[in-house]
Amino acid sequence: MINKKLNLSPKIFKRDIEMKATRDGFGEGLVEAGRNNEKVVGLSADLSDSVRVSLFKKEFPERYIEVGVAEQALVTIASGMAAYGKIPFAASYAIFSPGRNWEQIRTTIAFNNVPVKIVGGHAGITVGPDGATHQALEDIALMRVLPRMVVLSLSDAVESKKAVLAAMDNGKPTYLRLSRTDSPVFTTEKTPFEIGKAEIYWESRDPKVAIIATGPLLYEALNAARKLSKSKINSLVINCHTIKPMDEQAIIKAAKIAGAIVTVEDHQMTGGLGSAIAEVLAKNFPVPMEFVGVNDQYGESGNPRELIKKFGLTSEDIISASKRVIRRKNN
Amino acid sequence: MKPLPAEELKEKAAEIRQEIIKMLVLAGSGHSAGPLGLADIFAALFFNILNHDPENPHWEDRDRFFLSCGHVAPAYYATLALAGYFPMSYLKTLRRLDSPLQGHPERMKLSMIESSSGPLGLGLAQAAGYAYAARMDEARFRIFCLTSDAEHQEGNHWEAVMFAGKNKLNNLTSFIDRNNIQISGDTEEIMPLEPLRDKYESFRWNVIEINGHDFDQIISAVGSARRESDKPTVIIAKTVPGRGVSSMEGKYEWHGKAPSESEAKQALKELKYKK
Ligand SMILES: Cc1ncc(C[n+]2csc(CCOP(=O)(O)OP(=O)(O)O)c2C)c(N)n1
Ligand SMILES: [Mg+2]
Repeated sequence: MINKKLNLSPKIFKRDIEMKATRDGFGEGLVEAGRNNEKVVGLSADLSDSVRVSLFKKEFPERYIEVGVAEQALVTIASGMAAYGKIPFAASYAIFSPGRNWEQIRTTIAFNNVPVKIVGGHAGITVGPDGATHQALEDIALMRVLPRMVVLSLSDAVESKKAVLAAMDNGKPTYLRLSRTDSPVFTTEKTPFEIGKAEIYWESRDPKVAIIATGPLLYEALNAARKLSKSKINSLVINCHTIKPMDEQAIIKAAKIAGAIVTVEDHQMTGGLGSAIAEVLAKNFPVPMEFVGVNDQYGESGNPRELIKKFGLTSEDIISASKRVIRRKNN
Repeated sequence: MKPLPAEELKEKAAEIRQEIIKMLVLAGSGHSAGPLGLADIFAALFFNILNHDPENPHWEDRDRFFLSCGHVAPAYYATLALAGYFPMSYLKTLRRLDSPLQGHPERMKLSMIESSSGPLGLGLAQAAGYAYAARMDEARFRIFCLTSDAEHQEGNHWEAVMFAGKNKLNNLTSFIDRNNIQISGDTEEIMPLEPLRDKYESFRWNVIEINGHDFDQIISAVGSARRESDKPTVIIAKTVPGRGVSSMEGKYEWHGKAPSESEAKQALKELKYKK
């Protein structure tokens, strides 16, 4: 059952649920951040429209910095501005930032410990027709390996907006992972969001599996839980929007209650959410685990729905993984 | 392939432009302005300049062509199809699931291309590495690269310019699609590139400026690049983005947009080849 305490959208499983991309929520959040704090500045590398920094640029033209097609400069310039005392949100596509400029981020932002917010848009296979070169499936891995980096992967537009405001105030190097494609808006303004805190979105008595998801695929996980419950398989679904620092207590508790885990992400299975969860479990409370994610491949062109089918990221795939992991637990 | 004279290149370029529009309207997304602006250069390269054989795409002595700005894929694909590298029917599958014609060119799906591209600023360095290696083995073929103007904002690109200049890679010829647009507007407003000629010259390159829609100028520029004995050559080709379609010409808004059906119909009317 949907966790009533979280004030999720009443339309969560309705056909007319609002559809909106997480990048749009980010764009609105950045404007609000700009209004709240005059230290906030926005930077982009010729992608301000695509990653929705253009809203901020419109309201605060003097606080928007265009660096041209130059992602290495994007984050290093942002680092200098943060060292001075600004709160820079540096936005591009995830494949280029942190894809192209990883060492610059490591040395000048994370190592220096300055509060640059690296905004990676167009993450995941759901980028669609642009194809493999533009589909970042490795960015969570790249960012979570860095000491001091906070890594956020947002599941809907409303959550993304909250994440911008939380990141503005956290004083830390922070990565925000966003998607291009419209996706269901299933949280509301009243749904709690705290960096570092995983929330249980679907709960049921005596669950047989805990499904831990990040990003818009969380909606696939919720649909999977609903379908599983119809076939009398109880489950938990956890929104793990913060990959780092990981909410270890919540993960260990879920493993103890359910005894089996499925992770879900629009990212390589290697190095992302699944790996992060596996590390926590291996150290604390090992249980059987299955990974729903991209299996050591590059993406390709297609529409987002076709692609998540082809690459095995749908609610049906989550259901199969859940059944598999329950069998393994019982054997 | 036998080089075609300028008059026939004009016809090829018109066909390329028409195919670009047809592909894009079917795909429903993709890039219009850059590809249309480059149709003449693609026609000149693949139907006159390059020493290549579509029947034998991996022929060892072929000239090598590196496309750096992969988003102009529609122009590249239309040209490759018209040259006979693959069936024209492929063009209908642009950007669709399982198509060899990915949103950006992918070497593992199209074996005749030298490198995958899309992420900007990486083509010239690969071409320079290839040219350096080819010279080590005294290979006789030439290496061509096609870059966009805005990718000159990438550091990686200038690192390669420096490398090629230092190493006198006279077997390397690079084109710049100087159309003055990028996604967010005019290149000179977003991040000025001028004076481009002086920049390349200071990095020890031979620089030629041409009108990128004039076949005689394109062909003769490559001729002088071939005669250059100790420098790489860059051909700064001034082009009009969206060339041939009046509603698109000169407009950065058409950088990454596909025409609607009615826009495509109108465009195809304008693009009819006239002798
Ligand atoms: C490294 C990198 N950063 C950003 C992008 C996104 N992008 C695609 S095309 C483009 C710039 C467009 O300008 P130009 O390259 O001159 O192409 P034109 O619009 O003239 O076709 C950008 C920023 C990219 N493809 N690669
Ligand atoms: Mg340009």
